[in-house]
Amino acid sequence: MLNFIWTFFIVLGIICSIIMGKSGEALTNAAIKAGQDGIEICLTLIGVMAIWMGILRIAEKAGLVESLAKFIEPFIRWLFPELPSKHPAFTPILFNISANLLGLGNAATPFGLKAMEELQKINNRKNTASNSMCTLLVINTSGLTLVPATIIALRSATGSKNPAEIVGITIISTLTATIVGLLADRFLRNKFH
Amino acid sequence: MIGIISFFSKWVIPFMFMIIPLLGWLKGIDVYEAFIDGAKEGVKTAVRILPYIVSMLFAISIFRTSGALDLLVQITSPVLNFWGIPGECIPLMFLRPLSGTGALGYTTEILNTYGPDSFLGRLVSCIQGSTDTTFYILTVYFGSVGIKRFRHSVFAGLAADIAGFIMAIMMCKIFFQ
Repeated sequence: MLNFIWTFFIVLGIICSIIMGKSGEALTNAAIKAGQDGIEICLTLIGVMAIWMGILRIAEKAGLVESLAKFIEPFIRWLFPELPSKHPAFTPILFNISANLLGLGNAATPFGLKAMEELQKINNRKNTASNSMCTLLVINTSGLTLVPATIIALRSATGSKNPAEIVGITIISTLTATIVGLLADRFLRNKFH
Repeated sequence: MIGIISFFSKWVIPFMFMIIPLLGWLKGIDVYEAFIDGAKEGVKTAVRILPYIVSMLFAISIFRTSGALDLLVQITSPVLNFWGIPGECIPLMFLRPLSGTGALGYTTEILNTYGPDSFLGRLVSCIQGSTDTTFYILTVYFGSVGIKRFRHSVFAGLAADIAGFIMAIMMCKIFFQ
C-alpha cells in the first residue's frame, strides 16, 4: 500500500514537473529540504516524547495507570472490542484521545505511539495493522478536538476580531469526520486482511 | 463553555506534571529514576521514527513542488465549483491530509489576503480545523512499530477527511454566508 503511494507521489511529481516546465533544481532543493524538516520535527519530538514517557512511567509505577484502566474499561471496550480486559494500552489510548480533545497535539503523539507499541505486543501479524490499530489511527487522523488551538492562534495572529468564532463548526466537523471514519473502519475491516 | 474548556486545556498539563510525581512520591516510588527510565524509552521511539518522517516528507515535498497538486486542483475545480465549493479552498482540501505545514501555510496566506473575518477566511479556518494530517499520522504511527500493511486505514482516514470537509463547508455556508 505505502509502497505504491510513496512511489506514486515521487514518479507522478517528477513527470508533472517535466510536463509543466518546472526547474529541476527547485525540485532537488525541495526534496533535500524535506530531510532537514524531518530532522527538525524529530528533534522536537525527542524532547516531548522523553518528558511524556517519563511522566507516564511514574504514573505506571505508582499504580495510577491500573486504577485508571478499571475506570475507563467500558469506554475503551466500546471503541476497541478486541482489546483484552485492563490491557496496558488502555491508559495511553485514553490520554491520546484526551490530549487531542483538548487541542494538545504535542502531548497526543507520545501517547499515541506508546499505545501503538502496546497494541503491537498483542498483534498476531507483526507487519500488518490490527483492527484496534486502525481504529486508533482513524480517531487520530480525523482530528477530533474541542479546542482547535493552532487555528485559533493563527486567526488571532492575523488580526481576527473573534478568533474563536469557528470553534462550534470545527467541533461539529471533526466529530462528523470521526464518526464517518469509525463507521468506515468497522465496515471495511472485514474486507481488508 | 468555550472559556471553561480553554482554561482547562491550558492548566491540565501543569496539573498532571504536579500531581503524578507527587502521588508517586507519596507511594514511596523513586520518581526521578522512573522518569529517566521512561524518558529513555521515549527518546528511543522518537529516534526510531525519524526515517519514516523523512521518507514521507520527501515524497510529499516532491509532489507539492512539482506542480502535480496544481494540476489536480485544475482538473477537479470545475466539478467542485459546480457543487458550490469556492476555488480558493480546493488546494487546501488536497493539502490537508498530506502536509500539516503546507496546509497551515496555505491557510495563513488566505487569512492574510482576505482577512480572517471574511467568509473565505472563516471557511479555510474551518476546513483547516476539520481534520488532521492523515498521511503523516499513518506513516509515523505505523512506522514506529514496523507495520507495513495498513489495510483499510488509509481509506477510512480519507473518508473521515472528506466528511469533515463537507460538513465544514456546509456549516460555513449556513452560518457565515
